[in-house]
Amino acid sequence: MSSRFHQLLPMLLLLSVGVSAVEVQRPRGVPLSKRQFYEEGKPFTCLDGSHSIPFDRVNDDYCDCQDGSDEPGTAACPNGSFHCTNAGFRPAFIPSSRINDGICDCCDTTDEYNSGAACQNTCREMGHKERESLQKMAEIAKEGFVLKQQLIQEAKRGIEDKKAKLVDVQVVKKDLEEKVEALRTVKETAEQPEKEAKERHLKAWEDQKALIRMEKDKARMAVVFLELDDDADGLVSVSELLSHSELDPDSDASFTEAEAQGLLGGVDKVDTEAFEAVWNNLKEKYVSEVTTYTAAPVETPPEEVREPASDNESEQYPEDDVQEDEEEEDEEDEDDDQDDADYKVNPLIPSFAFRYIYRLCPFNRVSQKPKYGGSETNLGTWGKWAGPEENVYSMMKYEHGTGCWQGPNRSTTVKLTCGKETVVTSTSEPSRCEYLMEFTSPAICGEPPSRDSEPRDHEEL
Amino acid sequence: MASFAERMASALVLWLAVYLSGTWAVDKGNFKTCDQSSFCKRQRALKPGESPYRALLETMELTNTRLTLQLINDNNKVHLLLELYRLQGNITRVKINELKPLKPRYEVPDVLIREPPTEPLSLLSQDENGVVLSLGVESQRVIISARPFRLDIVEGHEVLMSLNSRGLLAFEHLRMRKDTFSYKVTSTVASVWDNIKSVFSSQADPEPEKKEEADPDNQAETAKEEEEKVEEGMWEETFKSHSDGKPNGPSSVSLDFSLPGVEHVYGIPEHADTLRLKTTDNGDPYRLYNLDVFQYELYNPMALYGAVPVMLAHHAQRTTGVFWLNAAETWVDISSNTAGKTVFGKMLDYVQGSSETPQTDVRWISESGIIDVFIMLGPTPKDVFSQYASLTGTQSFPPLTSLGYHQCRWNYNDQEDVQSVDAGFDEHDIPYDFIWLDIEHTDGKRYFTWDPHKFATPKEMLQGIMDKKRKMVAIVDPHIKVDSNYKIHNEIRSRGFYIKNKDGGDYEGWCWPGSAGYPDFTRADMRAWWASMFAYDQYEGSMENLYTWNDMNEPSVFNGPEVTMHKDAMHGDWEHRDVHNLYGFYVQMATAEGLIQRSGGVERPFVLTRAFFAGSQRYGAVWTGDNAAEWDHLKISIPMCLSLGLVGISFCGADVGGFFKSPSTELLVRWYQTGAYQPFFRAHAHLDTPRREPWLFGPENTALIRDAVRQRYTLMPYWYLQFYQAHHTGQPVMRPLWVEYPQDPATFALDDEFLIGRDLLVHPVTEEGVRGVTAYLPGKDEVWFDVHTFQKHNGAQNLYIPVTISSIPVFQRGGSIIPRKLRVRRSSSCMEHDPYSLYVALNPQRTAEGELYIDDGHTFNYEKKEFVHRRLSFANNLLSSVDLAPDAQFTTHSWIERIIILGASKPSKVTLKTADGQESHIDFEFDASMSVLTLRKPGMNSGADWTVMLQ
Repeated sequence: MSSRFHQLLPMLLLLSVGVSAVEVQRPRGVPLSKRQFYEEGKPFTCLDGSHSIPFDRVNDDYCDCQDGSDEPGTAACPNGSFHCTNAGFRPAFIPSSRINDGICDCCDTTDEYNSGAACQNTCREMGHKERESLQKMAEIAKEGFVLKQQLIQEAKRGIEDKKAKLVDVQVVKKDLEEKVEALRTVKETAEQPEKEAKERHLKAWEDQKALIRMEKDKARMAVVFLELDDDADGLVSVSELLSHSELDPDSDASFTEAEAQGLLGGVDKVDTEAFEAVWNNLKEKYVSEVTTYTAAPVETPPEEVREPASDNESEQYPEDDVQEDEEEEDEEDEDDDQDDADYKVNPLIPSFAFRYIYRLCPFNRVSQKPKYGGSETNLGTWGKWAGPEENVYSMMKYEHGTGCWQGPNRSTTVKLTCGKETVVTSTSEPSRCEYLMEFTSPAICGEPPSRDSEPRDHEEL
Repeated sequence: MASFAERMASALVLWLAVYLSGTWAVDKGNFKTCDQSSFCKRQRALKPGESPYRALLETMELTNTRLTLQLINDNNKVHLLLELYRLQGNITRVKINELKPLKPRYEVPDVLIREPPTEPLSLLSQDENGVVLSLGVESQRVIISARPFRLDIVEGHEVLMSLNSRGLLAFEHLRMRKDTFSYKVTSTVASVWDNIKSVFSSQADPEPEKKEEADPDNQAETAKEEEEKVEEGMWEETFKSHSDGKPNGPSSVSLDFSLPGVEHVYGIPEHADTLRLKTTDNGDPYRLYNLDVFQYELYNPMALYGAVPVMLAHHAQRTTGVFWLNAAETWVDISSNTAGKTVFGKMLDYVQGSSETPQTDVRWISESGIIDVFIMLGPTPKDVFSQYASLTGTQSFPPLTSLGYHQCRWNYNDQEDVQSVDAGFDEHDIPYDFIWLDIEHTDGKRYFTWDPHKFATPKEMLQGIMDKKRKMVAIVDPHIKVDSNYKIHNEIRSRGFYIKNKDGGDYEGWCWPGSAGYPDFTRADMRAWWASMFAYDQYEGSMENLYTWNDMNEPSVFNGPEVTMHKDAMHGDWEHRDVHNLYGFYVQMATAEGLIQRSGGVERPFVLTRAFFAGSQRYGAVWTGDNAAEWDHLKISIPMCLSLGLVGISFCGADVGGFFKSPSTELLVRWYQTGAYQPFFRAHAHLDTPRREPWLFGPENTALIRDAVRQRYTLMPYWYLQFYQAHHTGQPVMRPLWVEYPQDPATFALDDEFLIGRDLLVHPVTEEGVRGVTAYLPGKDEVWFDVHTFQKHNGAQNLYIPVTISSIPVFQRGGSIIPRKLRVRRSSSCMEHDPYSLYVALNPQRTAEGELYIDDGHTFNYEKKEFVHRRLSFANNLLSSVDLAPDAQFTTHSWIERIIILGASKPSKVTLKTADGQESHIDFEFDASMSVLTLRKPGMNSGADWTVMLQ
């Protein structure tokens, strides 16, 4: 029964400048902004306007107003809220049901004024911590943003390079076409002879045809080589090949390194000469990028990024570090990046959990492989942006992974946050076959707010 | 984190192969039908007719407390001993055993709370046809007819119940196997011995027996007859790939009961069936054999996880009960002479005057043990509950918090997950009291341990929960991983506590951990040791807010016959066959004892069990096992829990949301709304289902679920009172309507609505997409108040109630007073000192009554009279609170915040008079449209005497 009577709480409020202290009288649990509605001695009108009650019924531990506004400082109303000033930290509203429930909710302890709970005022400490972490986050955002700009520049250069390369390739192609045209002229000339000469020339004709085929083939080979040679090092590597899943010899939807290596004649990389030797392995299935490219918002740098080794058991798994190529041709997707920037993130971001290695290939797929042998499981292929309406690019959804027993197909949600490094920070399976990855990257960093618009930690007033 | 199959691969290969073969419904082929259970088939082949049993009246002995006499089977000359007791409280006990069994037959221990006290029996008359005994009460008599043997209990001219009236008493006596060498040797020896014995003891033998033994023809005939009777399945039986060696041979028992005037029988849980039991003439009998049934099917008599061999019979004038105390596999056949008759047919009978008295016939068949029957003669439903409670005890009084909401899932993955779910409840302002951990929390399914990676610091986690005044339950199953590095296993093995296989080695079966042993919980020393494992220094990482859940205690054995233990496994001298249905009962008993002991006997335990038997109510809560996210499963939760309540087990619930499969949002919301008004309120979900914490379905649905859970919390004082009363009286908390309205036949088969206690009627919405439900409001001269709108409705009518997705139709009986706590907080512990609001619903006579019970909520101190128990009554415009337990002492901080009087008229003034004689005015508000009078803040202490006067 105690404390059923209305109480006015002398509140010591620190102004943000922190020099002058002012005592403001108002009923317990009322925010300063609503102070004017609670005038001592005058009838109190419920904030929903429903009716008026004598002032001594404010905070008398009985709920008179439907909207709970007469009991800001007690638990009497089921829908009330209590305002804690939390000097030194952020002010907060808590549901009235948490007043005097024996659990410390407000860091300034004001919610537990009559429960016997031994609460410590932790506002200062929390404020300090929050400022520290805000600062840290701001720094990360700033650095991240710089990195992002770099990435954008790199990507732009990449696009230029590619475009230039494309021009070169087209030049080569044109040359070859001219050659072909010339040969065709030769052929036509050779066709001139009379019918009776035809039989005689038949063999020569066949030779001629083969030559033409070979020339064409070589021309195509050159084009393909250039297309495949992403890093333009004059070598086509296994990883570069892997981006062309159509080359998968057994077409089983998993184009493995071994298979790729097989295509390259058992070696990791081939130069133009060696490429000629393996060209026959490829030409049947190869689909040119020039004609099939799709808009890919993110391009991939060659270096690999790993999750920090938080797990002692994490090891290097060089044999797993397969580089996967993203689509080469980039076009800026209007829908995509609000900063009009293509940026590079790592194609393969492994994440080490207790028993599995998780891999994220952005815009491609997420996979899981047991640490100690066993086959890879597809946890979803790129589906869509899945963030909340106001920030749709904060989450990615990878869908239609390997099916689960009696369950859905595996899927993965990737939460993106701004960070200095491009890493997967955690992987979990909150629900059966629904995975959750946390992924940081500078690519996600927005432009940090300028100094003066930065919210300052200020107490009430 | 891999697929289910990968993760469970080693342990589940067999299980998967047998049970998960791709369909959703139960694979009936994995469970025996009566025909596949040789004793059931044998017994059921016997048809009603003249009984071969005869009472040998000359052997009758009547002492002050019991009557004994022998029965003889004229076909095989085996003698049985009948014992008849008159027990206190209008109960008659009939025991039938072999007079001289080859070896002792199992008699169920530990289920009765004590040797039931007897009352004198007196002989009224006797002649060569039978005897008549007085049962002491009114004009009740027992008539024992001699030829054939039959037992009738009558009151005046009315027969209440007849035993063996259909001649289905069949007692398979223990015998030597005849087709083996050892039989031939022993039988020769035995007959020589018999001859010697008869020479020496013939004078002491009763006359008829002597005569028969002396008659060589007769004896030869007997032997011949018996030889003819050797049937397949008597000495061994094979089901699927499992063979059951039966060293004791046939040993089943059977007896029939006829119930004149009865058309409604109830009870014998656990079955997924209607409240009113069906006749079994055209199918299998109801089966009682504790089994882990994967994806059980509804509306059929198959056995499930628990067994309570108690049946109630009811007609408008009387309720009776039969408690068949036998723990072996049991089948119950029900037939009725009115079954199948249409309403029109019955009416025709009535009009033509040709109607025979309706009658229900019941037949019990058990595989071994003896016949030990308690006939509870009512006459009211309440009497039957008290009678049964006097035998097996009442519902344990649970900690108050365990009546709150429980959040469970297979599995909360790690400590972080637990913490974030806990925080989610606060964020969405939904109260809960317990968060649960299923098997994945352990270190490799080694119970009493924690996964070192996911639950590395359990005490830290428990402390975090405790800081919010909440609690946790962790699972402890009775199968113990066979692993020499596991302390629990080593201790059990070295102490010889495991159940043995038929060859004497430790029995091993497959369960979650892979190869597992099963402790012999039938041993008192094993149970004591098990209990000691719950001590804080034994169960590492445990704290006082950690409670226990016993699952898989049927016991479940993935590779055993019918997913359970081989019947020829050995518990000391007894076969598993004899004790099977007791196993889960003992597991929960030992676990509850452990929780009591760890607190030095101070704290009440909370233990949930899946398997149960008669008497399990003394040890905690049960749930209806692995149900599914389907509307029919929601619906069946009502009759399943009602049936359990009728046989003493009040603390019952079904997995909210459904265990298997994923519920639609509507189903989930409806399930919360229903579960909020059932005794044990826990959401649970299978590992393979998507997450379904209450806030994952959009703000509207979160609000609907929040509202349902909050309704539960406002009623906590009422729930607690109901459990206090159940603990004292044995009355069920969740009741079928007929229990309170026994003379109203319209209530007899209702199982889509129910009462909580006497005063709240709940008709949950259990159908998809409906816009209204029709609830039957009972009571010809009663009124009912909608608890949400306060609208008044007359009783004895079918009321159509339009519903929306937020509706939970609940009515308060006019004439009742229900205490509520309207300040719903994070958990029930947080609400401990909060004030009460009293809801006074006036009946047409403008009176009302109710009770208020308050104690500390968690200790046994209530046994030391530390509580407040008050009667609240309203009459003549006076509402008063009177002490119901003046010798009890308890100080409560809670006070009376408001009094809401439904069906009131407007007073001119309201005065409060307290114990010290002081009077004060109370403000009030009157809502004339609904006739609701609200007294504002009377403010007296809940434990005090006071009177409120309306003038």
